[in-house]
Amino acid sequence: MNISLILQMAADTDSERIGLVCQNRRWSYGALLRAARGAALNISRSTCAYVTLLDESSEAAPIALFAAALAGVPYVPLNYRLSNTDLAALLSRVAPAYIIGDSDRVRQICPEGGHIVRTRAAFVAEAESMADAAITMDDPGDGIAVQLFTSGTTAAPKAALLRHGNLLSYILGTVEFGSASPEEAAVVSVPPYHIAGIAALLSSIYALRRIVLLPAFDPDDWLELAASERATNAMLVPTMLSRVIARVDAGVTADLTALRAVSYGGGRMPVELLERALELFPNTGFTNAYGLTETSSTIALLGPEEHRTAHASSDPAVRARLGSVGRPLPTVQIEIRDEDGRPLPPGERGEIYVRGDQVSGEYRERSALDAEGWFPTRDAGWMDAEGYLYLAGRADDVIVRGGENISPGEIEDVLLSHPVIADAAAVAVPSAEWGEAVGIAVVARPNQPPPSEDELRTLIRNRLRSSRVPERIAILDALPYNEMGKLLRREVRKLFQS
Amino acid sequence: MKPGTKLKSTVCDTEVMVIRGSGMVVECGGVPMADERPAERGAVKPGFAQGTQIGKRYVDAAGTLELLCVKHGQGSLSIGGVALQLKDAKPLPASD
Repeated sequence: MNISLILQMAADTDSERIGLVCQNRRWSYGALLRAARGAALNISRSTCAYVTLLDESSEAAPIALFAAALAGVPYVPLNYRLSNTDLAALLSRVAPAYIIGDSDRVRQICPEGGHIVRTRAAFVAEAESMADAAITMDDPGDGIAVQLFTSGTTAAPKAALLRHGNLLSYILGTVEFGSASPEEAAVVSVPPYHIAGIAALLSSIYALRRIVLLPAFDPDDWLELAASERATNAMLVPTMLSRVIARVDAGVTADLTALRAVSYGGGRMPVELLERALELFPNTGFTNAYGLTETSSTIALLGPEEHRTAHASSDPAVRARLGSVGRPLPTVQIEIRDEDGRPLPPGERGEIYVRGDQVSGEYRERSALDAEGWFPTRDAGWMDAEGYLYLAGRADDVIVRGGENISPGEIEDVLLSHPVIADAAAVAVPSAEWGEAVGIAVVARPNQPPPSEDELRTLIRNRLRSSRVPERIAILDALPYNEMGKLLRREVRKLFQS
Repeated sequence: MKPGTKLKSTVCDTEVMVIRGSGMVVECGGVPMADERPAERGAVKPGFAQGTQIGKRYVDAAGTLELLCVKHGQGSLSIGGVALQLKDAKPLPASD
């Protein structure tokens, strides 16, 4: 199996149809396939062991993704926002690589790496000049299609491996081939080094849905592009959606009447933000998708009808589903398990386990799958009686105070109910008496004096058990997030280490 | 044949990729498929000419076989003369 099949089938079906729009150029499926074949030949001749992208989103991303597949080497898009030190460490783990993108930076930080380096423009031009390259990949094995370094919010980045079979299972299980009508276009604004960025390319091409690429996210650029390309679909992480809505609320106008479907995921979505989005775009279907790098993207989703039903309902249990990530895909199984690995009944909080052909659970160093093929996600959550899944933070973020497990989410929810608090994080802090205790970092709303430490302690004591009362409190201007909107808890923990 | 194998029709343009199943003889147009297309194409047998559709998945009644059509053609798919069925897939909303 080989994911290049996806582009091959699109080009066989409608070679002239525009499959990708990026800046001033429109690419047909046929042109993308020819470029991917040309690039594959150049990559094969280089004898590099990896294809690496160090760049914003552009046509080079899908060309490199499919070229790597055709050449039979892993595609490794890297986060160009990393520091030189962190990036050099990752580059040494993929040597020798065929690197596309910021060639000056690679030569500066990795002069002896043995890499082959091409700028985006040179890579694309060389690929196109190899017209009708005779390369076909009929690999009957199941090699590594994509290697992604996890963002490492809790530890050093791990190299997650996605095999051709994992990604193809995901696409075949979730996308109907050629199901998009010719006017459909999806704005893709997630970074190319994120699983959502890879899945967006594969899903859209298999559906024959035109991809409209935004090189790097900016809310005004997003609004302008979505309007000018008459975008019908978009995927956004919650922080992106929040920034788009803030610009619309500030008076920026854009014609988004073509926008039929917005999916979101990749971080916690505040219910107030979602309700604002549902009001602002009454004719748009919203889909919440939950997935991980190690699961080839989405494993559970809450669809448009479920959003509207929950939004309109007066039944608190149905309304609460706006805060769920929906039900498992028909092609995967999900279980909630306790610390000893035993399945838990509905309503009980534990660790989320998932199993299915799209689930890799494999790292360069080891596989995290158990003997029966289940992947422990390290995400905490619970399922209701109807099978709706709710997330409750990372299992690693649980605070263990004197043997009692405390979920940061319950403390954060109480803090966020305070009218002056804009953002809050609860983390474990070292405690001589308890091993760990609760530390909180809070951010006050603009131009508001933050609440006193006594007030914060009283708030938590009155709403939760005394073990949740924070031992340490920090008032910050902002909490540390990565560019995908994930809270960097290890950075918050560092505040309390002294 | 095994998962990942590509099979070609000997009587039309149909190509399939094996998703599930191994060691079975898959027919297209009533004639066994092969790894390579023969120099001379045979004829589609009557009763096996409903055609294949690209992107559709085909399964047997026992659930032991699943094929993805990657190139469409005039023949239809069968095992031992028993027609394969289109796999029903519930459409899902786009999530990425």
